[in-house]
Amino acid sequence: MDPSRKRRIRLVVALTAAILLASALVYTSFSASSASVSPSGLLRSAGAGRTYQLTGKVVDGSIRRTGDRTDFRVRDRNGGASVAVRYTGEVPDPFRDGREVIVTVRKQGDGFVGERDSLVTKCPSKFSDKQQA
Amino acid sequence: MDVLAPLVVIALLGLVVLLVSAPLRGGRAEAEAQRQDARLADLQAAKDAKYREIREAELDYRTGHLSEADWRLIDRQLRAEAVTILRRIDELAEPDPRPAERGPQAASGRRGG
Amino acid sequence: MAQVGAGCLILALATCVYGIGASLYGAATGRGQWVASGRRSVYALFLLAAAAFAVLEVAFLRSQFEFAIVASHSSTTTPPLYRAAAAWSSQEGSLLLWLFLLGLWSSLALFLTRRRLRDVVPYAQAVLLGFGAFFAALLVFAANPFETAALAPSEGVGLNPLLRYPAMMIHPPMLYSGYTLFAVPFAFAVGALVVRRVDAEWITATRRFGLAAWFFLGVGIILGARWSYAELGWGGYWAWDPVENASLLPWLTGTAFIHSVMIQEKRGMLKVWNASLVLTTGILAVLGTFLVRSGILDSIHAFGASTLGVPFVTLIALMIVGSLYLVVSRRDALRTEHRVDSLLSREAAFLGNNVVLVGLAFVVFWGTFFPLISEAVTGQKAAVGPPWFDRYTVPLALVLVLLTGIGPVIAWRRATWANARRAFALPAAAGVVTLIALLALGVGASVTSLIMVTLCAFAIAVALQELWRGTAARRAMSGEPAPLALVSLVRRNRRRYGGYLVHVGVAVLFIGVAASSAFQHAQDTRLQVGQSTRVGPYDVRYVRATSGIDVRAGDVERIRFGTVLEVTMDGRHVTTLGPDRSYYPSQAILAFGPVGRYFEGEATSDVGLKAGPLRDIWTAVQPDTSRLQPLIDKGDRLLERTASRLTPRQRSILLAQILGGLVSRYAQDPPPAQFRFLASPLVSWIWAGGLLVFAGGLIALWPAADAARRRARAGYAARVARELGRA
Repeated sequence: MDPSRKRRIRLVVALTAAILLASALVYTSFSASSASVSPSGLLRSAGAGRTYQLTGKVVDGSIRRTGDRTDFRVRDRNGGASVAVRYTGEVPDPFRDGREVIVTVRKQGDGFVGERDSLVTKCPSKFSDKQQA
Repeated sequence: MDVLAPLVVIALLGLVVLLVSAPLRGGRAEAEAQRQDARLADLQAAKDAKYREIREAELDYRTGHLSEADWRLIDRQLRAEAVTILRRIDELAEPDPRPAERGPQAASGRRGG
Repeated sequence: MAQVGAGCLILALATCVYGIGASLYGAATGRGQWVASGRRSVYALFLLAAAAFAVLEVAFLRSQFEFAIVASHSSTTTPPLYRAAAAWSSQEGSLLLWLFLLGLWSSLALFLTRRRLRDVVPYAQAVLLGFGAFFAALLVFAANPFETAALAPSEGVGLNPLLRYPAMMIHPPMLYSGYTLFAVPFAFAVGALVVRRVDAEWITATRRFGLAAWFFLGVGIILGARWSYAELGWGGYWAWDPVENASLLPWLTGTAFIHSVMIQEKRGMLKVWNASLVLTTGILAVLGTFLVRSGILDSIHAFGASTLGVPFVTLIALMIVGSLYLVVSRRDALRTEHRVDSLLSREAAFLGNNVVLVGLAFVVFWGTFFPLISEAVTGQKAAVGPPWFDRYTVPLALVLVLLTGIGPVIAWRRATWANARRAFALPAAAGVVTLIALLALGVGASVTSLIMVTLCAFAIAVALQELWRGTAARRAMSGEPAPLALVSLVRRNRRRYGGYLVHVGVAVLFIGVAASSAFQHAQDTRLQVGQSTRVGPYDVRYVRATSGIDVRAGDVERIRFGTVLEVTMDGRHVTTLGPDRSYYPSQAILAFGPVGRYFEGEATSDVGLKAGPLRDIWTAVQPDTSRLQPLIDKGDRLLERTASRLTPRQRSILLAQILGGLVSRYAQDPPPAQFRFLASPLVSWIWAGGLLVFAGGLIALWPAADAARRRARAGYAARVARELGRA
């Protein structure tokens, strides 16, 4: 087989492999992802058993800790709608009233249960225009 | 402080203008010399790179990454290219100081081999 | 002083605009003086940015709270070293740092190439000054670091205490050095493409800058991981967070670039690929800078809906369009005669390395931007988590380590099977031995770790073998004794052997990652004083609680509640750990009360860590302060009732007594506390591997002394010649 033909075959094989892998990647990203929603979005259309990535702000005064469980409410960034979250697991240092959080939740009955250790609190006061008290 | 600040800024502006306009105030001879310098610098860099390639090829051969036949071929080709570069460097330099100039270069060339 | 700083920035912007014009005019008319003037504009940019930065730093160090960002990011109770670092913890300060570093590295690059690449340099200058103009414009019009308040507050908000960690201080300068250093090869690539001078010259001129960029970016990334592990309360070092990923992207393509340029230098191949790679790396560097401050992705670090989104997106779009145009319109100049001859060759291995690295970059990019992609495609924002990232990056990483072992050994052009057998015999044997040892140790439980550690052993063996063979070759050529031969071998081939040390470091790092991920013992538990729990092979007992108040500059810096833990294994004492939590006061007296505010500001965990060569024991504690709440309320009420009857001095004495009482009450009668324990093997190997990578990088970066001296001598000789000719 002459070299240029060999090279062309190699190129075709490599491109095909790349396309197949990329397709697998793209496909699984859509199926393995969890929808990123705000509290109002969650209240509107949460399906039982599905996981969601809830983003919003912690409602002032809503944090209750009992044992290793933390109950709190999350509200829209600039609105009133809020949902109650029951969360077990590691609570990040910056977690407190008014902070922006991201937590993976699943609908259970009337409320939402947070996945263990999935709570992320955004670092405050860095690069924001407002002062944090 | 209020009066001082604008003065400091104006002083800085003056400094910047001085710094930036210096080449524009130089003469034509300066420009020509710089062009010469630049060609020489490019050739020096090319020569350094070529010497490094020659040394690396030999190291590759001695550590078994290049077959002897391949190495001899590559070495011959690279050395020929190096000679071309040296010739062009010499052409660029003035005839009189040639011994002084070739001295350090040739010596370092042998050291690099 | 603020006006001087602001003035410097305006001057910097004007200088950049002038410099762009001068450089392009000089390029168009061939008049070198204008190009030289443009180069000096870069020097002027550096000086002006340095002056502005100095003004800002002085303001922070002297706690001049009339500067708005000093008031919002520092305080008198912040230690001086962290006050200096607080300058770049703000949006405006970090942009100024970027501009300063851009000026520094651009000046260095243009100074070193001032006599070379005459046709390329003017355009490179214009590009670098373009970046300078962009950031200067941002600083002047959108994010002014020198804003002052008419009434200076008496105390600042303070630096986020999470950032009070040495690694976090230099993390931004390292990252930004990486980003700005990548701007140099980017600019020179653009210049080379514009004038169609696309041979290896522009690469050799800026090679060190690309390597330095890779080095600093890598240091910044590892420092971030170290901070996450040792300072944050979750015990992990990498979370595939969007901002972590944003810094990883240019590092991955930068690593690919460092390798593929060697092929272009050696065989003149891959010109299109190299140009595209370096342009992509520059774009990703600016993208990384943008992502941290954009708020477009949900991340632990992404902050603030910022006004800088539009300018940055415009710049990035411009860079993408411009790069595509240049590469496509210059593709004839980028064509090469040579091709990859055989799959069993070093060229093919390097190509494979590039493919894997770019593949990794694609995976990370896709996962990071998926929320935006899914929103564009399905209308619904969706995010992928760490498990998805791990699923695709781990196999790619395995292939990468394999190639790290194959690449250095396999021959150029066309390796024969006999030659390959000889080259790989020992390292393959080392791999097999390692595999058997691992199986014996019971590592077989995790197949991925098994494969990874085996491949890493193979790669390390290859690097060591290369070192050995090189020393032997050097001895054959020069007759030196072995140790001397080794030293002179490395000294004369810094890039190669520095690179092999980097490979060893990366392999060690991956071993650490594999072991600590697969064989970690984790335990979340609630303990009362005197109780014990078991973590892996260790028994941990909560011995007693501690507490204290730290005072600085006459004011309370923080209140600490801590624990003392005793760790034993089979009855033998292993270590004593003291994790605690520090509570920093909030400035909002009205919201929380005079006593309560000391517990409602930021809180940080001080991790209890015993690091060892084989295993790390990590613990964090979350004390329960709810039992103190009634006492805090009582103290608040007491202070409010007596507010009118006491002098300020009496008031602060009373406050001190209340706080002291609260604090000692906690230590005497502590409620149960929530603990997280982690026993992870080989975590230290990650940091050790990182150190080896940086040592190797330094060796590869170090300029060869001989070349510099020779250049200087030749330069003088040429000058003599010229002057004689003129006289």
